[in-house]
Amino acid sequence: MFDLTGKKALVTGATGGLGGAIARTLHAQGASVALSGTRIESLEALAAELGERVVITPCNLADKESVEALVPAAEEKLGGLDILVNNAGVTRDNLFLRLKDEDWDSVIAINLTAAFRLSRAAVKSMMRRRYGRIISIGSVVGTSGNPGQGNYAASKAGLIGMSKALAAEVASRNITVNVVSPGFIESPMTQALNDKQREGILSDVPMGRLGAGVDVAAAVAYLASGEAAYVTGQTLHVNGGMTMI
Amino acid sequence: MSDVAERVKKIVVEHLGVEPEKVVDGANFIEDLGADSLDTVELVMAFEEEFGVEIPDDAAETIVTVGDAVKFLSKSA
Repeated sequence: MFDLTGKKALVTGATGGLGGAIARTLHAQGASVALSGTRIESLEALAAELGERVVITPCNLADKESVEALVPAAEEKLGGLDILVNNAGVTRDNLFLRLKDEDWDSVIAINLTAAFRLSRAAVKSMMRRRYGRIISIGSVVGTSGNPGQGNYAASKAGLIGMSKALAAEVASRNITVNVVSPGFIESPMTQALNDKQREGILSDVPMGRLGAGVDVAAAVAYLASGEAAYVTGQTLHVNGGMTMI
Repeated sequence: MSDVAERVKKIVVEHLGVEPEKVVDGANFIEDLGADSLDTVELVMAFEEEFGVEIPDDAAETIVTVGDAVKFLSKSA
């Protein structure tokens, strides 16, 4: 089950906590993986750890030209692209009244617009090959909202709508488009929370713990696999029961 | 029939899975040949590949029949 041997995957934000776990899991299932991110040393370290079937494709998702070049670069280095994981994301949290235009624009640009451009580029060759898996990493706050994250929540909700529209367009070409929506996962992003915030969060999670990167990565591996062929336009929530929708 | 027309018709037949005799100059991809809008995008991509040209979006929108494609590609190929 969930064998990805011979499949070619591109993971953005691969040097982050979640992206690293996703890249490792897809690789462990047999996929060849292109690791993308801005920190080249971290990309190289992860590539060295994984050994074979791995290439690095650095990219600054805030830069349009850099984004446009990423999918062609990954396709060239891997010899095609079967799986795109839009994982990279940033936060610029602030109360809505204090949210600056720059904070809004940069979060939308990296979390949503880059995912749009990468998906548009990837779907072109996936259509030709009549096979593809596009998986975007959303967030529970895209569905539930969260104070202080108007920009982030909007970007993650945007991914869901975008994925549904694209899923409907390309389903006949054997391409599935889905969102994996994590709750609170152990990562540099959640490590920035103080103890009180952590306690508050955990009281809302029936599972009583933060999620691990592998919890999310396993959901990605499932949606990337042949077994998930009939699943498209969906949001798979991985949140320890925090929000049940 | 010109070489361009030959190649265009071959692509259309293969891609849309239609009878070759239906692929006449006046045939509208969507109305006569059963293409959906995504098929028309794919056809344009296939033409680009076959003829090694780039078909800009505004030009692609004007290619609605087999004859339109032949005419456009004869000019640019």
